Amino acid sequence: MPFWNKEIETLERKKLRELQFERLQKTLRKVYQKVPHYKTKFNQAKIKPSDIKNLEDIYKLPFTTKEDLYVDYPFGLLTVSIDKLIRLHTSSGTTGKPKAIFFSKKDINNSAELIARCLVMTGAQRGEILQNSMTYGLFTGAFVMHYGAEKVGILVIPAGPGNTERQINLMRDFGTNMLHITPSYALYLASVIYDKGFDPKRDFKLKRAYLGAEPYSEETRRKIENMLGIDIYNCYGLTEMNGPGVGFECPYKSGLHIWEDNFLMEIINPETGEPVPEGEIGELVLTTLNREAMPLIRYRTRDLTRVIPEPCSCGRTHRRITRILGRSDDMFIVKGVNIFPQQIEQILMSIKGVAQNYQIVLESYDEMTIKVEIDRELFDGKIERLVKLKEEIIDKIRSATMVKPKVELLEPGTLPVSEGKAKRVIDNRTI
Amino acid sequence: MKIKQLSVFLENKRGRLYEALKALADSNINIRALSIADTSEFGILRMIVTDPEKAKEILEKNEFTVKLTNVIAMAVKDKPGGLAEALKYLYDANINIEYIYAFVEKSGEKAVVVLRTENLDKTISILQESNIKLLTWDDVLAL
Repeated sequence: MPFWNKEIETLERKKLRELQFERLQKTLRKVYQKVPHYKTKFNQAKIKPSDIKNLEDIYKLPFTTKEDLYVDYPFGLLTVSIDKLIRLHTSSGTTGKPKAIFFSKKDINNSAELIARCLVMTGAQRGEILQNSMTYGLFTGAFVMHYGAEKVGILVIPAGPGNTERQINLMRDFGTNMLHITPSYALYLASVIYDKGFDPKRDFKLKRAYLGAEPYSEETRRKIENMLGIDIYNCYGLTEMNGPGVGFECPYKSGLHIWEDNFLMEIINPETGEPVPEGEIGELVLTTLNREAMPLIRYRTRDLTRVIPEPCSCGRTHRRITRILGRSDDMFIVKGVNIFPQQIEQILMSIKGVAQNYQIVLESYDEMTIKVEIDRELFDGKIERLVKLKEEIIDKIRSATMVKPKVELLEPGTLPVSEGKAKRVIDNRTI
Repeated sequence: MKIKQLSVFLENKRGRLYEALKALADSNINIRALSIADTSEFGILRMIVTDPEKAKEILEKNEFTVKLTNVIAMAVKDKPGGLAEALKYLYDANINIEYIYAFVEKSGEKAVVVLRTENLDKTISILQESNIKLLTWDDVLAL
């Protein structure tokens, strides 16, 4: 198994944690000294950097939310002077101003370093060709990947997105080995390749693709993998944390390694802010440990995932998270229990006899009804089978959420078909 | 000796049974036997029809979830104890019946019932050895 930086990627957990703590202390001292907004927040929470005696003490620190990014906008959270900055990237806020994230030369180099780890982890090497079909612009995605690939010695084709005909020509003419692309565009590109009558294995030299920037399912991954005969690696990142390369899959494709020497991760209950037991679903909170210009402390990503605590067979000691399961804003409460639609979805999809579509209907604060379409293929005409299926759904959801749901089995095609974002939760409750 | 039965999943929704039967009627498919197994929220409609393959196609075109399953149709004497006698052979052979329902019948000598068991082949051989008349598909159509 190739490594870009074997020493750090396989650093034993104890040493990794020591490194994390050392970097955390440094980061905290820096923001406390140099960022008035952080100093005020720490003071309000009656805490000083020196009160943080170990990694677990991080829970004493206040969170940083996206609202904090707009305080003293746009330069307010910087720990360096503007002449140290070499890049601005923004992330589209859904309302009003974009989130502005600044990078020093060291930060740009470091984000490339992390991508280099990611690429080499998947088997990419010097001499190969990467077609970067992400948008070059204010969005971080394309640039971070570009610099990281160059660092490895990979030839980069800065194709950007769109113009599918040209994408295909570039791939054919230059023998592209890797794509960096969004899942929706990858799916479209693959279908055009088919429609044009190409045989992906014969006509292209494609080996792998890196898909990120949008949520997509395991099913979509397999579909594109099969269509193009390549390996697809799931890639997680957010502009606030460098962009892509925060989490990346290794060849085992079972979870994304988070580079823990650069990011301190926590999984919290989005409602209470308390940490969840290791392995349970919650909101990912990240603290930058190695960022010069604009460190962020306990940044609420709003992304839901869970930690996979078991060591990975690839030998890397940096822990993994599952693919992003959704947004914490989707959470709802029944019988005082926090429930994520993704939790329900995961359970349903693991049950044989259930089709893709489902809906959660809330009529009161102590009952949830789950409407599930049955799988046409698995219908065998037996009533016992359906009764058992219903019981299985009830049991599994009750044991995972502590709430016993009402379950209705529906004919396939009954629920509205999901186009992109399906409306999974129908909340008819009034307070 | 096996005959084809249609099983249709029915949500407990107003008009759903009607819609299924209407779809078959519009395609001129005749129902020979029918039964509904139900729970409080959903049911399964079971039918022996004149053209099961076509019926399946039509129902699926109308968004129904349909399965074709093999069942046995047997003719028992239309007198007290007629069915009981046939079932005794299965009971003695330790064969469990999953479900059973009766046929529409015009002439009264024999009563026809549809039967599904956990082991159809064994059921067929036992009933045949016991001289119970089993209907072929042609017999069913001729009824």
